[in-house]
Amino acid sequence: MGSIISVQNVSVKYDSGFAVKDVSFDVCEGDYFCIVGENGSGKSTLMNTVLGLIRPSGGRVAYNGLKQNQIGFIPQQTAVQKDFPTSVREVILSGCTNRRGVLPFHANKDRQRVRDNIKRLDIEPLARKSYCDLSGGQQQRVLLARALCSADKILLLDEPAGGLDPVMANELYGLLGELNNSGAAIVMISHDMASAVKYAGKILHMQTSPLFYGKKKDYLASPVYKKIVGGAADA
Amino acid sequence: MLDMVNEMLSMPFVVRALIVGVLVALCAALLGVSLVLKRYSMIGDGLSHVGFGTLAIALAFNVAPLQVSIPLVLLAAFLLLRLSENSKIKGDAAIALISSSALAVGVIIVAKAKGMPADLFNYMFGSILAMKTGDLYLSVAVSAVVLTLYVLFYNKIYAVTFDEKFAKATGTKTGLYNMLIALLTALVIVVGMRMMGAMLISSLIIFPALTSMRVFKSFKGVVICSAGLSAVCFIIGLVVSYAWDTPAGASIVVVNLAAFLVFFAVGFVNKALRHLCC
Ligand SMILES: Nc1ncnc2c1ncn2[C@@H]1O[C@H](COP(=O)(O)OP(=O)(O)OP(=O)(O)O)[C@@H](O)[C@H]1O
Ligand SMILES: [Mg+2]
Repeated sequence: MGSIISVQNVSVKYDSGFAVKDVSFDVCEGDYFCIVGENGSGKSTLMNTVLGLIRPSGGRVAYNGLKQNQIGFIPQQTAVQKDFPTSVREVILSGCTNRRGVLPFHANKDRQRVRDNIKRLDIEPLARKSYCDLSGGQQQRVLLARALCSADKILLLDEPAGGLDPVMANELYGLLGELNNSGAAIVMISHDMASAVKYAGKILHMQTSPLFYGKKKDYLASPVYKKIVGGAADA
Repeated sequence: MLDMVNEMLSMPFVVRALIVGVLVALCAALLGVSLVLKRYSMIGDGLSHVGFGTLAIALAFNVAPLQVSIPLVLLAAFLLLRLSENSKIKGDAAIALISSSALAVGVIIVAKAKGMPADLFNYMFGSILAMKTGDLYLSVAVSAVVLTLYVLFYNKIYAVTFDEKFAKATGTKTGLYNMLIALLTALVIVVGMRMMGAMLISSLIIFPALTSMRVFKSFKGVVICSAGLSAVCFIIGLVVSYAWDTPAGASIVVVNLAAFLVFFAVGFVNKALRHLCC
């Protein structure tokens, strides 16, 4: 399987010091890649750098045969501006904007894609509502629908399960697994260690620089993982 | 009432002001939705003050005002956008500095150059007499450009307004569309400034968006309502100014304020009703 994103010795420095230091990894077609690590360990910074939202202070990110508009993305949930007047449908439809390139308007097949994803995520009752009136978890589902509209080859998700109830979180993992089986690469930041090791093929454990990077089965045997799981694994 | 409207329409300068004003009000309102939601309202304010400075320079050197204003204000739009995108320096404070400096320089030039306080007052607070036939053509052209680009890029403008990070990550050229919004705003401000006045033009950008947001909850709804409302407020304002002999720019702003209060009340009642029903 060819590598579609290759990250080489990437570092990101803020005024307060390095947030990401000397990280290298490859995302290949069909990968299920989880990034784990404690709060402030540089996971979001790394993902934003991979997406080209932050310029790395060292190293480089290369896309191999992957175009920016084939990417789907869910940002880490940040308080969206309160009162932003927009309907759920408008939000999801904006996921199709990237695939139009220079063409100005959405096509019928874009609208069909929106309907399909609304159905898939079971958010039909929300479709006519105002985005700001939704709960955090409902908003997260809408953002997922938007990401599915924009994704062709790869989906990058920054804590997508944050704010979802356990049922919905499981549904989300099921859905991601389905997408992965049909060929899309998944790159996910997660604090949910149990599902990360359950679903991922590859794992990157961050603490500014990588503590571990490799296959899941090696991770399960690594001291890094054992230390986190602690007594539970020994018992 | 009808007589008065007839009387107004029989005067060419009123007709010119009406055409230019409605077009400018429409364009300003469209761009204003994005500026307000992106918290870029300061850019509108900054640009109008820079615009005043450039008018003063044109007056001092006795050259055609728009030839000086348009390039300089476009340049300023470019700079102000860079400033507000850069989070390291305090963007809004920097914009405030630039805009008050431009205003101060403008005031000094106007005071020294031809020494007529009437000019100063007109530049600051607008005059519908300022509209000449040349301005009419120019503003029709500018408005046509703004409206066309806005419609063509509506989906992209929505994307950068709602979630710039997502838009950029998924391949939309956000820098380009931010710049487009800033440059179009600069054009609209230059064209509308002499009628509305440097101090008042930014209200044409901010008011309609804020007003529509009280009642409409979708982006498209807000955009359409803002544009319509802005044009209607302009016309009412102009009639009011004629009927009571009040300054046009200020009257239009006051009509916008009234509309805001009405929408605010409607929004409030809507909310209360929803609470009652559910
Ligand atoms: N814009 C910024 N300016 C300065 N420092 C920043 C900025 N963004 C992040 N940092 C710092 O970089 C470090 C990594 O932050 P990052 O958001 O990448 O962590 P994270 O692993 O995503 O954490 P979390 O699990 O809480 O989401 C933190 O120490 C943070 O303080
Ligand atoms: Mg994070």
